[in-house]
Parts: sequence; C-alpha cells; structure tokens
Amino acid sequence: MSGTTATTQAAAVPARVFWTALAVVGALLLLTYLVAFDNGAVSQSGMLLHELMHDGRHLLGVPCH
Amino acid sequence: MQSFIQILLRGLLAGLVGGLLAGSFAYTVGEPWLDRAIAVEEAQAAAAPPEPDGHSHEEALVSRSGQKAGLFLATALFGVAMGGLLATAFALLRRRPRAPGGVRSALGLAAAGLVAVVLVPALKYPPNPPGVGDPGTVTARTVSWLLLVVLGLLAGWAAVAAHRALRTAGEAPRAAAAAGAFLATVGAAYAVLPTFQEVPGGFPATLLWSFRLATLGTQFALWVGVGLVFAVLVERLGRSAAAPTATPVAVGA
Ligand SMILES: [Zn+2]
Repeated sequence: MSGTTATTQAAAVPARVFWTALAVVGALLLLTYLVAFDNGAVSQSGMLLHELMHDGRHLLGVPCH
Repeated sequence: MQSFIQILLRGLLAGLVGGLLAGSFAYTVGEPWLDRAIAVEEAQAAAAPPEPDGHSHEEALVSRSGQKAGLFLATALFGVAMGGLLATAFALLRRRPRAPGGVRSALGLAAAGLVAVVLVPALKYPPNPPGVGDPGTVTARTVSWLLLVVLGLLAGWAAVAAHRALRTAGEAPRAAAAAGAFLATVGAAYAVLPTFQEVPGGFPATLLWSFRLATLGTQFALWVGVGLVFAVLVERLGRSAAAPTATPVAVGA
C-alpha cells in the first residue's frame, strides 16, 4: 500500500459509509426527539412517553413545560 | 464500512454507560429537589383558580414511582443517542489527514458535546424544574434552546478553525484567537436570541439553584462517562487493528 493511495482513501468517505452514517444520524436524532421533545404527536402514544420520561427531561435540562 | 460499524457500536455502548451513570446521579442528587418542586407546583395549582383549558394533574398517566424508573430509561436512551452521534462524528473526522489521535479526538468531541449541548444553552436558558416556566412559551423556548445548541457546535467549530488558520503563529495567539472566535459566536447568539424570565415571584430560590446544579451534574456525568468509555474502547480497537501491521513497519524503519 503506497502512502499516496492511503491518504486518498483516508480523506474521502466512501458512499456506502456516508449513506449509512446519514441514516444512523437520522435515527439517533429521532430517538433524541422522542426522549426530549415528544408530546405524543410523533410517537402517537398520547402523553404516555412524555410522562414516563418527564423526570429525565427536567433533570437533563431540556425545556419542558 | 466495517470499521464505521465497529466504532458506532462502541459509541452506543459508551452512551448507554454514560446515560446510566447520569441516571444514577440524577436519581440520587436531583430527584429530592424535583419532588420538592412538584410539591410547590401542586400547592400553586391548588391555590390558583382552575383553568378550563389548562391540563389537570389529577389524571396522571404515570405514577411518581413510574416516572422515577422512567428517569433511567430517559437518560439511558439520551446517552445512547449522544454516544452514537459522537461515534459517527469521530468516524467521519478520523478519515481526514492530520486528524488528532484516537483518544484525544474522542475526549475532545465529548468535551465539545458538553460545551455545545449543555453549557452554552444552560447559561442563557437555565434548566427549570416543574412549577417554573410559562406553558404558553414552551415552543418558543424549545426552538431557541435548539438553535443555541446548533450555535454552540458552530462556536466550537469556529474556535478550531481559528486555531488552525494561525498555524504559523505561537501557541498563545492561537489559543487567544480560538477563545475569541468561540466567545464572539456565543456572544452574538446570546444577544440575538430572545430571553425568557418566567420564574414565579414566590418560587424558593434555594430549590431553583440546587435543581439547576443537579441538571448540570447529570449532564456532566453523562458526557464524562460517554467520553471516557468511548476513548478506552476506540483505543483498544485501534491497538487490535494496528497489531498485525506492526512488524512490517518496524522492518521498514
Ligand atoms: Zn415538564
């Protein structure tokens, strides 16, 4: 493996890794939303998830109510 | 691809550990203050005339003991999400030439997360216990808080960019430029974003202060836990990956 090839490979993110990373970030942001901001609109759980994780929201310092 | 998944799994695991650590801290230190805040809130609600559209606390979906168990679920899931995002950033940044070493960038990213997601928003919008905050402004407060998280990340990036730009200068001017870029970005964000002063006049000051310290401690436990566990895991991953190629390098040198 030559030094030039190694540097080029290291600098560019392969397409498959890029799209996987993008999907992972999307899923993790959705998880963050459900924990920290959901009011039942997205989760369709009414206020159940909101109330279950209510102490966590306040103690993590997220704006709540 | 395989290495991205390996790094991601380590980030998720580190996030779970950090989240459970934060949950334990919040349960021990934060919950007593939260209980007191709820007592104050209920006393206020009992004293005030009933609002026809305000949501009633009588028909609670989840009991207080259920919410205390839910605390661990919330911090664990939040930790997993933050750990995964940290690992993704780490995996993508690592591919760039001249990237800092594994442990250094893992800890650096966790510190950046603590500053951007916690300290920058908390100084402008200090966390509030139940009983503090106008329900009518909750959307505006949440949007402003999220903007401040993004601007906090941007401020961190500006600091790194300023530090890199002055590559030829000494370490002191580079550090000053980095601090200046960070403070200028955060200062501009603080000046532009709206301010909310919603603490009711009679709310106990000690309770508010202790609650806010407990939230900072919770987030501190989370990010320190995530950062340290992730750094250890990627260091071990790097060592096991480097081991087979170590001999040819030694021969070449
Ligand atoms: Zn709340």
